[in-house]
Amino acid sequence: MRIPAAILTLITGMVLVLAGLWVGQNVNVLPVDASANAPVYDELFKVLFSIGTILFVGIVGLIAYSLVRFRRRPGDQSDGEAIEGNLPLEILWTAIPAVVVLFVGIYSYDIYDRMGGMAPLNDHSMHGMAHEERTWAGISPVSLDEESGITPLSVDVTAMQFAFIFHYPNAEITSGELHVPAGQPIALRMQANDVIHAFWVPQFRLKQDVIPGQPTLLSFTATRPGRYPIVCAELCGPYHGGMRSTVIVDEPETFQAWVNQNSPIASANNVTPVQS
Amino acid sequence: MTISLTPETQHSVSLQPQGWLRYLSFSTDHKVIGLQYLICGFIFYLIGGALAGAIRTELLTPISDFLPRETYNEVLTLHGTVMIFLWIVPVVNGGFGNYLIPFYVGARDMAFPRLNAVAFWLIPPAGLLLISSYFIASAAQSGWTAYPPLSITTPATGQIIWILSVLLLGGSSIFGGINFIATILKLRRPGLKLMQLPMYCWAMLGTSILVVLSTPVLAGTLVLLSFDIIAHTGFFNPSLGGNAVVYQHLFWFYSHPAVYIMVLPAFGLVSEILPVHSRKPLFGYTTMVYSIMGIVVLGLIVWAHHMFTSGTPPWMRLFFTIATSFIAVPTGIKFFNWLATMWGGRIALNTAMLFSCGFIVNFVFGGITGVALAQVPFDIHVHDTYFVVGHFHYIVYGGTVFVIFASIYHWYPKVTGRLLNEPLGKLHFLLTFIGFNLCFAPQHWLGLNGMPRRVAEYDPQFTLVNQLSSLGALLMALSTLPFLVNVVISAFRGELAGDNPWRALTPEWLTSSPPPVENWKGEAPLVHEPYGYGMQPEELALAGATGSELWRLGDPDRRP
Repeated sequence: MRIPAAILTLITGMVLVLAGLWVGQNVNVLPVDASANAPVYDELFKVLFSIGTILFVGIVGLIAYSLVRFRRRPGDQSDGEAIEGNLPLEILWTAIPAVVVLFVGIYSYDIYDRMGGMAPLNDHSMHGMAHEERTWAGISPVSLDEESGITPLSVDVTAMQFAFIFHYPNAEITSGELHVPAGQPIALRMQANDVIHAFWVPQFRLKQDVIPGQPTLLSFTATRPGRYPIVCAELCGPYHGGMRSTVIVDEPETFQAWVNQNSPIASANNVTPVQS
Repeated sequence: MTISLTPETQHSVSLQPQGWLRYLSFSTDHKVIGLQYLICGFIFYLIGGALAGAIRTELLTPISDFLPRETYNEVLTLHGTVMIFLWIVPVVNGGFGNYLIPFYVGARDMAFPRLNAVAFWLIPPAGLLLISSYFIASAAQSGWTAYPPLSITTPATGQIIWILSVLLLGGSSIFGGINFIATILKLRRPGLKLMQLPMYCWAMLGTSILVVLSTPVLAGTLVLLSFDIIAHTGFFNPSLGGNAVVYQHLFWFYSHPAVYIMVLPAFGLVSEILPVHSRKPLFGYTTMVYSIMGIVVLGLIVWAHHMFTSGTPPWMRLFFTIATSFIAVPTGIKFFNWLATMWGGRIALNTAMLFSCGFIVNFVFGGITGVALAQVPFDIHVHDTYFVVGHFHYIVYGGTVFVIFASIYHWYPKVTGRLLNEPLGKLHFLLTFIGFNLCFAPQHWLGLNGMPRRVAEYDPQFTLVNQLSSLGALLMALSTLPFLVNVVISAFRGELAGDNPWRALTPEWLTSSPPPVENWKGEAPLVHEPYGYGMQPEELALAGATGSELWRLGDPDRRP
């Protein structure tokens, strides 16, 4: 006896979903994760990758099947059945994508919240009341309140054609590369001198435009020691492709040693300029 | 519907050139104008393609060695501008729109034939202006987005010429949009209801609404930008107290709908092609119409998803994430309807059908990455990277350009009376499909792993994948050869097609091929069921002989 078409469809669907889930979980197309919010991002990526694989393979499969199964045989002049619509079916394929999209939207909102993206804008004003300069906030995965006990390491970032300059205000170090300790929240106070640049570290899954006239705060916590590229991601002129730098994530002790070695204050007074 | 054009046309017969010279004249015939758009657009496609070739050659190596850096930025700016404003928008709107819409509404020409000719003749000068800027001074270097302050600081001459050229093209687009709205709403043959129009009319109505609502915003923005450049005003210049992000909002208020201006007509064209070659009615006509209008409305309120990294407030990011994701719903409806149209049909595996199916595959891929990009946290990582480059080429090339080719194979017999060569067409499809996917699929990986867009040099670890991508681009370039050979040779030696080689029911086929001036000898046919395939002859409604019945009766296979 033939297996009923409904059962075959069900089995195909199940195989498809399982294959999609397997692909999402096991095919890795992302670079190494090196910040606290990278694993959160990767979680979202895996979900989207699974859903995308299921949809894409399913639709391509349907097309390939239709093209083979319903191809016109030579000499056949007949028409297909005059089916002009099917309301329940149309409602179904309106409702399912709507639910999927809503789920994805809410889920990514949750991810975004966990990455610190929903922090209100003016939480991070860095100045008093008078002649207040507004600061735009990028992703801030750590609480930057003084009360929380974690003191972020503050670094001033200046983006210009065609370089990033990093300045450590407490240690008075100015550097072309960003050195940060693993595990400590970093607050980048960024500004652009000339045109729009974007600060991107692929391994941190973080990007923030640096727009002239809009001092912007971006914070993150690096987790994995190593050297990662800093890439300018906004077209900024002829040498845009060469506007790259490096972020060096060190163990806290190594980082402290680097500070002591390079800071004019540290070498003069032998005090610890950066709290950790 | 005989309008007062008739005496005028007779009068102008002696003044207007005849034969092929018509195509170089200020003709007001919608079919001539449609072909003018198409051929002019294709020339610009070859230019834009050559520019893309220069980009992919530069990216063969991780260092900047093929072009000077300034030239590279000029090339990428010109490539984007030429492909969007001189190839896709004019061809998919002006080209096929002008050729088909009067047929579909049962009119003898567009509502404003002279405005129509003006709209076309704005394009060649604007294109020449844009390209000549490269040779005169230097072309614009700030990308097709022309974000200030970069566009204010790069050489002014090229940027101003770029603005002028885009303003002209925007004007042409608005003229066209007004003309389509007027034609579809006002020139319908009496007795033809809106919900009986072929789907391409709805697509063009939606597109034209978007054009008319959003293009003026781009025009105003570019005028302000030109003030910033010439008169040193400070609208978008932060050093003079302006705000660069405001420009981005205004720019994307046009340029996101522009994606739908490029893609909705393609949706319409595919909706015409699939039923004919599947021998089945278009599935879910009504939901198709509503989903087009849904895309139009949603398309206007999603622009800020291009600005998730530019310091937009969190609530705004959330709103634009949800709005953008929801475009997947009406778009999904259309795709499922197309699949259902094919299901159970008698599918002819010809080139038009293959390109249409290639479109579905590519666009579904581009749509999935699009929904992913709509998610703020996802976008923050891949914004302004090759992931985005891959994504939008899947939409505009894998989507729209595939449909343009499908449409050329489908309507070529209408225009010339001859069929295109099928083996050459299949070779064209195969090369395009493989080349396209080889070129753009690996770019998603590049973007995820750290390659930003618009760079002439990159991290050496990406060399191999970039070379693969360039190989794909080479295949795409080669794929135009069989196409060009096919189009030229078939025009003279192609198999004679007869008036209706596809046994189609839409009104453009219910006349001779090529059609006469004013489209029909005698009364225009009244087609109530443009997708009435699959009906049994005895089921024909006897109330009113429609054009579809006329040809059915003339077909020996279908005569009852």
